[in-house]
Amino acid sequence: MRAAQSGDRTAYERLLSEISPLIRALVRRHCSNRADIEEMVQDTLLTVHRVRHTYDPSRPFCPWLAAIAWRRSIDALRRRIRVSRYETPEQGVYETFSDAAANSDLEGVRSAEEVEQLLQLLPPRQRQALQSLKLKEMTLAEASVASGQSVAALKVNTHRALKTLRGLLEGRKR
Amino acid sequence: MAAVQTERVIVTLASQLQPVRRLRSPLLRALLWLAVVGGVGGVLIAREVGLAIFLQRLAVPRVAVEDVAIALTAITAVIAAFELSVPGHSPRWALLPVLPLLSWVSASGLGCLRNGLSLQRADGFAGESPHCFAFIAGASVPLGLGLFWMLRRARPIAPLPVAALGTLGVAASAAFMLQFFHPFDVTVIDLALHLSAVGLVVLVGTVWRRPLLAAA
Repeated sequence: MRAAQSGDRTAYERLLSEISPLIRALVRRHCSNRADIEEMVQDTLLTVHRVRHTYDPSRPFCPWLAAIAWRRSIDALRRRIRVSRYETPEQGVYETFSDAAANSDLEGVRSAEEVEQLLQLLPPRQRQALQSLKLKEMTLAEASVASGQSVAALKVNTHRALKTLRGLLEGRKR
Repeated sequence: MAAVQTERVIVTLASQLQPVRRLRSPLLRALLWLAVVGGVGGVLIAREVGLAIFLQRLAVPRVAVEDVAIALTAITAVIAAFELSVPGHSPRWALLPVLPLLSWVSASGLGCLRNGLSLQRADGFAGESPHCFAFIAGASVPLGLGLFWMLRRARPIAPLPVAALGTLGVAASAAFMLQFFHPFDVTVIDLALHLSAVGLVVLVGTVWRRPLLAAA
């Protein structure tokens, strides 16, 4: 880590690869779903990257890393509880029906130009989150690296962007 | 598949690596903030108010205990906030200001009891309390901005305790400065308004903790 703080990319890549199994073992204590575990691992790696300047080489590395992994696991669990409390997955939302009238408003937007116009109406961070995650199909971690937004912020902004788009579409329909 | 994505994240992060300036010790940074606030506050107070009122009040043992407790609350809360802003430091740092805070409230409460729990002082004067509230809340703004500016450099991963302790330290610092302008003993209203002002400052700081602290 000391070498990584000085900008040694090879040492940093080796460090991140070596600590990934350790982080995986730490977050597994809080979660059993493999996809969620991997998301927590990636979120922890991103946080390690953001706060790498706070590591003091005169202190042991593992408590520093474990504190970050623990905090990110707790944040993910809280997020999941919040989502499961207030949101219900809607299975039919992505289906297209032969009867055009039965399709949702979102599917009614056919042209790419119209989508682009609507995207321009979104606040910059919401637009960035939606474009990265839904249009460019990046993973949360990749989108976080590209945008500088945290994973939690990306999720919130994507949710808000979809809500704003829904409102805009309803406004156009009227 | 997910593990492959993790590998991609590692490669991306490594390719974007830039050298960073290591954060100084939290204790050192806390002492720096306290020294700046003490220095600037001390000069302003010496020039504008003088120490006469304060020294006169310090002669009363209960008031001396109260003032020392307020100062210790400020110092310990600020140190705890800086310590907790860095990952891996013991969460027990959060307990550091508990004893001084209890001493502060107890000593002030004792003052109220001695005043017979009246809503105003023996000479019938009760008009300064809103000014005390305004002073603590107002002085906390510049102090808090300076503190958060230093704390946000650590990008705390758990911003809630950092913000709560930081704002407690800020409000206690403002309350300590107030002692130099406060030539009378506390009444129940005084104590309630002092604590309300401290509570308000802590509440504002904790509500706006994420943007103020640039939490990671």
